[in-house]
Amino acid sequence: MAAVLLRDAGHEVVTATMKLWSGASDSGCCSVADVEDARRVASRLGLDHHVFNFTDEFDEAVVGPYVAAHAAGLTPNPCVECNRHLKFAAFLARALRLGFDVIATGHHARVSRDASGVSLRRGVDLAKDQSYVLACLTATQLQRVLLPVGEMTKPDVRRLAATLGLGTASKPDSQEVCFVAGGPGRESRRRFLEDRMDLHPGVAVDAATGAVLSRLPAVELVTVGQRRGLGVAAGGRRFALEVDVANRRVLVGDEASLDVAGVQLAQRSWVDAPLGDGSRVDAQASAHGRPFPAVVTADGLRFEVPRRRIAPGQVVALYDGDRVVGSGIAAGAAASLRAAVSS
Amino acid sequence: MSSRPINLDHAATTPLREEVLEAMLPFYRNGVGNPSGSHSLSRAAVRALDDARERLAATLGAAPREVVFTSGGTEADNLALTGTVRAALDAGVGSPVIVTSAVEHPAVRETAKAANGWTAPVDRDAVVDLDILKDLIGKAGDALACVSLMLVNNETGTLQPLGDAAEIVEQVTGGGGLVHSDAVQGFAWCDLSREAAEADLVSLSAHKFGGPQGVGALLVRERARRRLRPVLFGGPQEQELRAGTQNVAGAVGMSVAAELTHAEREDARRRCDELGDRLVAALTRMDGVEPAVARKRRVGAICNLRFRGIRAEELLLLLDALGVYASAGSACASGALEPSPVLAAMGVDAGAAKEHVRFSLGYETTVDDVDSAVRIVSAAVERLRT
Repeated sequence: MAAVLLRDAGHEVVTATMKLWSGASDSGCCSVADVEDARRVASRLGLDHHVFNFTDEFDEAVVGPYVAAHAAGLTPNPCVECNRHLKFAAFLARALRLGFDVIATGHHARVSRDASGVSLRRGVDLAKDQSYVLACLTATQLQRVLLPVGEMTKPDVRRLAATLGLGTASKPDSQEVCFVAGGPGRESRRRFLEDRMDLHPGVAVDAATGAVLSRLPAVELVTVGQRRGLGVAAGGRRFALEVDVANRRVLVGDEASLDVAGVQLAQRSWVDAPLGDGSRVDAQASAHGRPFPAVVTADGLRFEVPRRRIAPGQVVALYDGDRVVGSGIAAGAAASLRAAVSS
Repeated sequence: MSSRPINLDHAATTPLREEVLEAMLPFYRNGVGNPSGSHSLSRAAVRALDDARERLAATLGAAPREVVFTSGGTEADNLALTGTVRAALDAGVGSPVIVTSAVEHPAVRETAKAANGWTAPVDRDAVVDLDILKDLIGKAGDALACVSLMLVNNETGTLQPLGDAAEIVEQVTGGGGLVHSDAVQGFAWCDLSREAAEADLVSLSAHKFGGPQGVGALLVRERARRRLRPVLFGGPQEQELRAGTQNVAGAVGMSVAAELTHAEREDARRRCDELGDRLVAALTRMDGVEPAVARKRRVGAICNLRFRGIRAEELLLLLDALGVYASAGSACASGALEPSPVLAAMGVDAGAAKEHVRFSLGYETTVDDVDSAVRIVSAAVERLRT
C-alpha cells in the first residue's frame, strides 16, 4: 500500500520483505506464503521485490530481549525493539548503503517536514495510530523515513487495496507478538518461553500484610497491573503490583494501591533536543493506550494526577499534542519504583 | 546501467543456444506426436527421441538404452537414490543406506535424508573425506543402496575424486556397490565418458549446458539396470524407469546442446578456466576478498569468493542494479538467502557464510564481460564499504 502511494506520487520504488523469523507463527508473517503475497503484489504493481534475511539480527535484538525481559519479570516491547533495531536501523542502513534515499513502511503514523525540521506525528486514523511503536526514532532516522499510509484512514487503505485488486486487502490487522505461535493468550506465550528459559513457580503475596494468597505456576508470566490468573479469590479485586522474580513472588494489592505518582524512565530518547525538567507532555504507556498528562523530571515523569503504575519494561511514548517528542522505558528496579512512589 | 547485463550466473542456468532453439522449434511449430502411439506422427516422435537418445549417449560414452530422460537434474537424482533404495527394499534389505558427501545438491541431500542417508564430511575445499567415506560404506555393508558423490559442486566448483570413491566402493563391497554421481554442473566441464566412467548412475540437466529447462537425464549403466526401480508410476516409458509422455522437443534440444558442449568442451574449459582465474585474480587484489576453495581443487568457471564485511544479500542486489548477475549459496522457499549447508560443511562459520558470492562463467562469457564485471564489482564493494 505504501508502495502504491509512493509510486503514484512519482517516487522510484523498490519493495522488500524482511524475513525476520524462521520459526512457527500464526499471522503467517515471514512465512513463504506471506512473502509470496508480497512478491505478487509488487509484481502486480510493476515493482521490484527483494527478500532480506534478518533472522539472526531479529533473534538477537528482539527475540532474545523478549525472553530476557520475561526472565527478569519485566514487560517486553518486541514491536518497539523491532522498529528500533531492525526496520529503522538494519534495514534503513542497508537501504542507504544500496543508494536509496529513504525507506517507507506501512505504519499508521506521519512524518511531517517543515522549516523547524522533521517530526513524527500520530496517524490520521487515531484508532489505528501506531506512532507509539515508532516513538524511539530520532530526527536523524525520521529524515530518511516516509510513512504514506499514516495520511489515510484504514478503511481508505483497504478500499484502495481492493480497488487495485491487491490480495492483502482482506488480511487481518497484524497483532499479538508475531513470533509467538499458538493463538493469542497466556498459554501460547508460556509454551514459547518454556522452550527458551526456565519458568519458576512462586507465590502471590499480599503487599500490605505479607500473607501468601496463592501459588503461581510461573512468576515470569505475571505482568504488573494484571488481575486475572493470580488465583486470588478473596477480598475484592486484586492486582499484581510488583513481580519479584528473584524471590519468586508477586506482590498483590487492591486497585488503589496500583496508583503511583510517576515513573522512572531508562533509555530515554528524544526526537530532537531533550525536553527540560518541568516540560509538560502527554504520555502513552501502551500501543493503543489513552494518553495522560505528565511533567518531565530529571529521571522520568511525574503524573499530573496519580495513575495506575506502568509495568517495568514497558515503553512510554511522550507527545506534544499529536507530535512525538521522545520515549523511555519504565524502569524495572522495584526499589527505585517504590522510591518514585513515595517521593 | 543500460548496457547488456553481464551474466556470471551460469551455474544457475545457461542461455539457450541458438542451435538448440532451431532444433526444437519444428517440434513446437509443426506438431509432435506422442511417442507411445502407433501412427506415423507417433513414429516420427519415436525416431526423434531415439535419435536424441543416441546422440546424448555418444557424448557420455554410453549405450543409447542406458539413457533415461527425466524432467531435469532433480528428478534424475531422485530416481537414482530413491530408485536404488526401492530396489534394495525389494531385495529384502531392511533399511537401505545411501552414503553421500556433506556438500551435495539439495536434490541429493534431501532425497538421501528421506531414506537412511549417511554423510561423509568434507575438507575446507569441500573435497570429501575418502577415509570416512570408506568407513561408512563398510559400516553399511549389505544395506548399502548406493554411494552418491557429485562431480562438480554447484556452489564452489569443487571437483570430487569420483574415480577414487568408485574404487573404494568396488574394493569394500567386492564389486557390488552402486555409485551415483550428480554431474549436473559437471557435464559442462568434464568429459563424462572418462571422468564418470566408473559411476553406475549419472544425473544430467540440459539447462546447465545451453539446453532447455525442464529436461534432464539419468544415465543408468547396464550393470545397474536391475538394481533400480521407478519412482514415478504410470506407463512403461523410458524402459519402464520413468513413466509419463516424454518431452520430445526437450530431449532433442538436450542432445543438441550436449553434442555442442561435448565438441567444444576442451576449448570452453580452457577459456573459462583462464577467464575465471582472471576474475579471481583481479577481485582478490581488493582487501578482504578471498576465494572459498583452492584453485587446484575446483573448475575455474565457478568462483566462490568471500567479501569480508559485506553481506552477499547487499552485494548481489547492488550488482543486479549495476548489471551483473551473480548469486549466493542457497535460498529458502521465500527467496531469502539462507546459510549455505555447503559452506557450513567446509567449516565456514555462519557469519562468514553470509559474505560469500558465487560468480559462474559459461560458454559465451567473454574477456570483456569479465573485465567489466571486475570494474563493477570493485565499485560496488567500495560503495558498500564506505
